[in-house]
Amino acid sequence: MDSHAAAPQGHEDAAHAHPGPGLYVKIGIVLFVLTGLEVAAYEIAHRPGALGAFLKPIVVPVLLLLSAFKFALVAMFYMHLKQDSKLLSGLFVFPLIIATVVIVSLIALFIYHYTYQRGML
Amino acid sequence: MTDHAHALHPPTTTGLDNRKVAIWTFIGSECLFFASLISTYLVYKGRDTRGPTPDEILQIPLVTFGTALLLFSSLFVVLALNGAQSGNRKRLILWLGMTIVCGLFFVGMQVYEFQHFVHEGLKMQTNLFGASFYTLTGFHGTHVTIGVIWLITVFITALRGKLPPERALNLEIAALYWHFVDVVWIVIFPVVYLMK
Repeated sequence: MDSHAAAPQGHEDAAHAHPGPGLYVKIGIVLFVLTGLEVAAYEIAHRPGALGAFLKPIVVPVLLLLSAFKFALVAMFYMHLKQDSKLLSGLFVFPLIIATVVIVSLIALFIYHYTYQRGML
Repeated sequence: MTDHAHALHPPTTTGLDNRKVAIWTFIGSECLFFASLISTYLVYKGRDTRGPTPDEILQIPLVTFGTALLLFSSLFVVLALNGAQSGNRKRLILWLGMTIVCGLFFVGMQVYEFQHFVHEGLKMQTNLFGASFYTLTGFHGTHVTIGVIWLITVFITALRGKLPPERALNLEIAALYWHFVDVVWIVIFPVVYLMK
């Protein structure tokens, strides 16, 4: 049994080792900056010029990476998965993996379907 | 029975409060729900035979503002939770109120956006983009609305002085739902608006 399981339940259970307001504000600033970077990447990729031409082919992976980083920050610090029981992380991460597999599989299936329809296979 | 005795529940086999396990299980199931909506949007992307298309209609500045509001609301609700857990009622009420205001502004932004799109000729039945866009963002907006209503009930409880530190878990559960609504938008924003 881990330390969480042994802890008394009630507010002690909820309040254990949660970070303070200082860290929450820092995470908030990082999230805000990352959102700014997302929009900047989009704007630059859609403008003429050398930087736009460089960024255009990689803008989708860049946006996905920034989005995944923001997602992880909120889940780990604001939703307290970093401090809370591993069981709760499992309840979230396992369906998240299935969800990702569902999205990737459906996209792959439909790409195959549309390509087959056009007689390219 | 005292409030404190109510807040402390009988021991569980996991050692965790059942309500917390329940909300995380619910959030896990919601991941699959939104995965199906996001994948539907993605597989129909670019298959329209007529407009308006995403390039023609989506507005980045307005939605960036809405995204910032949701991110700030996530920060505010976690500060409110910190206030609730430390018994700081003033901080709890201030930040929870700010969270609700941000949520209401986001819902208002989405209502305005939908009205604008309908005016521009994009309806559910117009094309594949219209159907998948309204379904995905509409379900997210519904979740935000439910979250706002939930937070308002917790806010009223706090105003009445019935949210002592022993009962902070009531806010923590609502906050977990609110953060989930935020992380879903963290995915929807680039997928729908920035990868158009």
